[in-house]
Amino acid sequence: MNVTQLSVFMENKPGHLQGVLKILAEAGINIITLTIAETSDFGILRMVVNKPDGGYEALKEKGYTASLTDVLAIEIDDTPGSLLKAIDTFSRRKLNIEYMYAFTEKRGDRAVMLFRFEDIELAKKALNEEGYSIVKKIDIIGE
Amino acid sequence: MFNKEFEAMPVNKMKELQLERLKWSIRHAYENNPFYRKKYDDAGFNPDQFKTLDDMRRVPFLTKQDMRGNYPFGLFAVPLSKVVRVHSSSGTTGNATVVGYTKGDVEVFAEVVARCLAAYGATENDVIQVAYGYGLFTGGLGLHYGAEKLGALTVPISGGNTERQLMLIKDFGTTMIACTPSYMLNIADYIEKKRPDYDIRKTKLKAGILGAEPWSEAMRGEIESRLGIQAYDIYGLSEVIGPGVSCECQEKAGLHVHEDHFYVEIIDPDTGEVLPEGEKGEIVYTTITKEAFPGIRYRSRDITRLYREPCKCGRTLVRMEKVTGRSDDMLIIRGVNVFPSQIETVLMEAEGTEPHYQIIVDRKGALDDIEVKVEVNEKLFSDELKVLDGLKRRIEDRMRSVLGISAKITLVEPLTIARSEGKAVRVVDKRKI
Repeated sequence: MNVTQLSVFMENKPGHLQGVLKILAEAGINIITLTIAETSDFGILRMVVNKPDGGYEALKEKGYTASLTDVLAIEIDDTPGSLLKAIDTFSRRKLNIEYMYAFTEKRGDRAVMLFRFEDIELAKKALNEEGYSIVKKIDIIGE
Repeated sequence: MFNKEFEAMPVNKMKELQLERLKWSIRHAYENNPFYRKKYDDAGFNPDQFKTLDDMRRVPFLTKQDMRGNYPFGLFAVPLSKVVRVHSSSGTTGNATVVGYTKGDVEVFAEVVARCLAAYGATENDVIQVAYGYGLFTGGLGLHYGAEKLGALTVPISGGNTERQLMLIKDFGTTMIACTPSYMLNIADYIEKKRPDYDIRKTKLKAGILGAEPWSEAMRGEIESRLGIQAYDIYGLSEVIGPGVSCECQEKAGLHVHEDHFYVEIIDPDTGEVLPEGEKGEIVYTTITKEAFPGIRYRSRDITRLYREPCKCGRTLVRMEKVTGRSDDMLIIRGVNVFPSQIETVLMEAEGTEPHYQIIVDRKGALDDIEVKVEVNEKLFSDELKVLDGLKRRIEDRMRSVLGISAKITLVEPLTIARSEGKAVRVVDKRKI
């Protein structure tokens, strides 16, 4: 039920994102969604791709530092206050979010957000109990 | 001249004096320090074999490693009850070198510094502001007691606090300031940026007594033109005594070595062979009057040249060229000695892994700037920013506490640090010295 996220270390300089994307393109990797966390001299590119292992190997082979981490994709109503409600729940259940980002496309009438929790197992248990729908990996990367 | 008898002694007479003092010093080290005794016995050298200055080449060298290996007091040749002061070289705690002084040594230290000050034209009428750090570093106390010995009004302000330095220069009528050349330029920058109303040319400041780090003729020109003062070089090593081993005179044409206390040779750093006078090589020091901490044939790793052409100032002491290079990879950053291997150790200890790294030293404005690039490998990497940020901060903190330098840590992609023949280029020194 976890979604595998591919992260890459990049220097914050012109051309560096291009280099990473080129490797992924040549390896036939499709990016489903992505986000960049940046500082003044470096950044972390985090992506959900159709073939995370393939992407990881391709980047590693070209000398990039990459990693695979588990994140959770959660369906949230696409209405005002729904994200707030979700965050309230996480807060009440003492689930610490390291970072989050969203999918560009909706699933039916609901939005899908990606969360990286400090403790993913604890988060899953709590979200199930709270009635949140966690999107399966297969539904996202289509395999 | 502060002590004309020695500073203008005929060369032959000086050589006789040196021979006599060398015999004493070598025997003193051998008889009163177990490390020297064992080293000489192992090398098959006995002080009895030392008869002429030419025999110096038979005497084994003393290295920085020997000093570190004998931390803290292993190279002292007098009982601790006779030692009245210690100083310590900069460097990591475990690698520091501790040097000791008897009452007599402290006296010699003050004497040679007083001679330097007199060589720059200072007298008892001068006000000398000592802006070197006071403490284990030899700069502050060294200049302090030298200035007192000369009879000058000595202002023990220590390093830093530029605003107060400027205030005292003006209020006390300071005529000479002792500090590192980079701090001198820092003062010039400070005045330009923050105190445009402060006209240093209207103060009584006429000279800077600058040392503790290598500096170039270009830097001298910049200091002199920006501050309207004379910039003089003072040279020394804590392992030998501290500042005052040699100094320029008002001719600014090389540094006069105080030969009645220090015997100097130039060697080929690779073979250890003594080179003829006038050739460039590594300068080797022997203390010939020091009691507590004799340094016999200490390999300084500083590259220079010695020459004996008479100086217009009248001193007959041998002159050495300004030191601008080293025969090892030691870096001097803001007066702190740093070996790349120490930075490597910090990285290892901080992360338990040996990342590829590169040290880039640059002089931004007046001060040395050090940046350490660290390649992020899989062990260091995390998808969380706070982890990578924490890594940076941890390394920076450790550099500060262990090496005493603030280095900027930059995380870079793998394989971005230049490698020559597969080996990473560890140090890039962009400073123009």
